[in-house]
Amino acid sequence: MNLFAPFRDPVLARGQLAVIARQVEDYPGTMTLMEVCGTHTMAIAQHGIRALLPAKIRLISGPGCPVCVTPVTYVDHAVALARRPDTIIATFGDMLRVPGSSSSLQREQAAGATVRVVYSPLDAVALAGNHPGQTVVFLGVGFETTAPTIAGAIITARRQGLHNFLVLCAHKTIPMPMAVLASDPALQVDGYLCPAHVSAIIGANAYRSLAERKHVPCVITGFEPLDILQGVLMLARQLVAGEARVETQYRRVVKPEGNRKAQALLAEVFEPGTAQWRGLGEIPGSGLRLRPEYADFDARQLPVAIEAPREAAGCRCGEILKGQVLPRDCPLFGSTCTPEDPVGACMVSSEGTCAAEYKYGP
Amino acid sequence: MCLGVPMQVITISADLAVCEIDGVRREASLMMIDDVQVGDYVLIHAGFAIEKIDQAEARLTLDVLRAALDEGLLPE
Repeated sequence: MNLFAPFRDPVLARGQLAVIARQVEDYPGTMTLMEVCGTHTMAIAQHGIRALLPAKIRLISGPGCPVCVTPVTYVDHAVALARRPDTIIATFGDMLRVPGSSSSLQREQAAGATVRVVYSPLDAVALAGNHPGQTVVFLGVGFETTAPTIAGAIITARRQGLHNFLVLCAHKTIPMPMAVLASDPALQVDGYLCPAHVSAIIGANAYRSLAERKHVPCVITGFEPLDILQGVLMLARQLVAGEARVETQYRRVVKPEGNRKAQALLAEVFEPGTAQWRGLGEIPGSGLRLRPEYADFDARQLPVAIEAPREAAGCRCGEILKGQVLPRDCPLFGSTCTPEDPVGACMVSSEGTCAAEYKYGP
Repeated sequence: MCLGVPMQVITISADLAVCEIDGVRREASLMMIDDVQVGDYVLIHAGFAIEKIDQAEARLTLDVLRAALDEGLLPE
């Protein structure tokens, strides 16, 4: 049997739910807990966790789906690159159907562009090695979990002496937007379920200033249903006690200091920069850009004309990503915007809030 | 996108490991972790082992969850 199967045991889940219910019994008011990570959003929807929790606990989704927070102009840039001759776009599958201003990578592929979905950035490096006459552009989208794998790929490409492997980099880091949302009076986030695998890299200590300065409890929580219930219980306990600390539920993977080797890879290849977030706008220091020493891997050196960005009319992805409105508050949800024919990024990504609601919602 | 799959290390050669879960085998880079042994559980993300999984900690977490069962389940 899989060692981790008990983390899905329904009997244990019932026990945990009973403890949670007892914990919040006498709590005055509502606890609004934000799950920051898209993988949490999907797991919560898939296992029907919202409906199982006491009415006092409200779970809202945050900006942690990397595809969803990638601005439309990035997709337009990728589309422009896909139209270049002798260019192969390599990407994680989620980016393929994200609508740009007037096209998407999938449409470009249908029109003759070469777009290859890869499982690992190392597969994109191999692609460059096998196609020396062409330029491979990898779409570097993702948070701290994914960014070190792109750093690893760039270092591998340099070791192999490849000059036809480039990255269109739009990596983002998660603690800064969490601090921004914690200060948003319209939201009133009472506690954070912090991402599991981002935290494996950055470590539990990365949230300390957020918990202390904004007085928001932070619990780093795994992705299995029992992990999530235990994370909710730990947040509820802190709120009942009036505390705001960083705790780690996902102790089997996350260490206080994180993964130092992965952090060193990140620091070798990237440096902090301003990032553009769909819904949140520009946040200084919340992005990763290539260091000057790795500028020869930057796909931005390729001259292309990028169209003026245009967001789809009526799409409320921006507010959904901040937890301000729910998918069903969007007039497009389920009518003009569906997973088969998405208008907004939150409906495209397998871990988007709208996709989760469409697939598993009532 | 941050999905990680827990897999067991089957063989190691230099910076690459073959890992397995439920009969599925995959190659993963060990660029991001040190001191990996055959038999260890690792978390695989986008072709890289991003962290080792501490089995003792996993058991401790399950112990806490089981204890909650004793304290929490109300008689039917």
